[in-house]
Amino acid sequence: MNAHRASQRVAVSILAAATFLCLAIVAFVIGFVLEKGLPQLSWEFLFTKPRDMGKAGGILPAIVGTLALSLMAIAVALPLGVGTAVYLAEYTRETRVTKVIRFGTDCLAGIPSIIFGLFGYIFFVTTLKMGWSLIAGALTLAIMVLPTLIRTSEEAIRSVPQSWREVSMSLGATRWETVRKVVLPNALPGIVTGVMLSFGRSIGETAAVIFTAGSSFRLPKSAFDSARTLAVHFYILAREGISTDKAYGTAAVLVIAVLAVNGLTYALMGGFMKRKAR
Amino acid sequence: MTPKVEVRDLRVFFGGEEALRGVSLDIAANRILGVIGPAGSAKTTFLRALDRMNELKAGCRTAGRVLVDGEDVYGPACDPVALRKRVGMVFAMPVPLPLSIYENVVYGPRLNGVRNKAELDGLVEECLRAAFLWDEVKDRLGGSGLKLSGGQQQRLCLARTLAMRPELILLDEPCSGLDPISTARIEEALSLLKERHTIVLVTNNTKQAARASDETAFFLMGELVEMGPTGRIFTNPSDKRTEDYVTGRFG
Repeated sequence: MNAHRASQRVAVSILAAATFLCLAIVAFVIGFVLEKGLPQLSWEFLFTKPRDMGKAGGILPAIVGTLALSLMAIAVALPLGVGTAVYLAEYTRETRVTKVIRFGTDCLAGIPSIIFGLFGYIFFVTTLKMGWSLIAGALTLAIMVLPTLIRTSEEAIRSVPQSWREVSMSLGATRWETVRKVVLPNALPGIVTGVMLSFGRSIGETAAVIFTAGSSFRLPKSAFDSARTLAVHFYILAREGISTDKAYGTAAVLVIAVLAVNGLTYALMGGFMKRKAR
Repeated sequence: MTPKVEVRDLRVFFGGEEALRGVSLDIAANRILGVIGPAGSAKTTFLRALDRMNELKAGCRTAGRVLVDGEDVYGPACDPVALRKRVGMVFAMPVPLPLSIYENVVYGPRLNGVRNKAELDGLVEECLRAAFLWDEVKDRLGGSGLKLSGGQQQRLCLARTLAMRPELILLDEPCSGLDPISTARIEEALSLLKERHTIVLVTNNTKQAARASDETAFFLMGELVEMGPTGRIFTNPSDKRTEDYVTGRFG
């Protein structure tokens, strides 16, 4: 009896310690970056162009580049990903073909991002002659986040109760009307989560971007201009020893952006849940 | 009078297994047909064959003929979506869509392209009254259908079906999860509805068939054992198995 209770207590302590350690590591990393980076932040840093290769000045082009690249990537990946998910979940029965498709998307999810970068460089930048540009980077990132989008959307769609589909069809709705009026509205929270995860991943990506969007720190004027993202800017500043201080400042902005995206996701999810429970 | 529905040698297979084994019967217009039988006798499969809902499941195959007003439901000219607009269905479990009470009722009419607010409003009141639900929900039509009690939800589902103005209404054990008062409400609604609709009522509750239906069909193991006026089936059945079932000796 006592031995049972003792082992129970040991198990709980170990599990609690593991949880605490995880939290501590996350808090340490974020705290470290913010401690070094926050003092660098100023209006000038956020809203002016870099000078002297980034030794001085700000990071405005990198902020613009990051936002433009990530938004473009999502704009491409969202219709493709949700469309695929709807097709897989609603219009196909589980066959060998769907298993192959699913296996394919899972493989895609496991490929290191630098491979996507290489592919994007060879295919978009060179073969399609897009050059180092926002559009080449966005297309590459879109391919990279597609598996996440497909998987989360498909799961969200499958979690909509089958009985709702039956009712809708029994009332004379076609399958497409059912998808539009019943399935997608109720799968929306899950789809939004997938979009936010993908957005967060695009913001932080380096390897896939540096090969495809390049690293020009001029302010991009069109989708065909090269651009530098925050992550790439940070990489170059640190790697080439240009300015450790500016690198930490950039990292702080990046970390805050990712935290903000995740926070926004949770807030949106909370809102959705409340609306559904009403 | 020609029957509303003629079923001829109807067979339904799920993955090669024959669930419904060659059923033939006629359903008269403006009558309630009660379908009784123990669990697993293919009552629901029969019902869902009438509006081609079985085929939404993988591995289902149907043979034989179902004529609604003389038109073959399984013929090449029949569009299942159009058919389901004419044939309404209420399921065993109440399934309100995650919408307001109002939007639940107008779901079908909206699909049919009805946009006129006054027309939709009128339809909502008419159908909720016909389902004996209006007085309980008239002040909260904008509230969620999911927040109603089980009995209210099932009456909402009936109202939603009525809003399609279906000629034929199929009910699949609509009262299986309901209390006696809600059940009485639904039966009362059905007895009025048969003036304008033809109704097929599948039920596990033999007494409900005796109370509510004009004719009764007894199914066993995927076959139709016997069908006739409800009074006769319950007092003087011609088949021994029917007698055993309605007197409660098995099932």
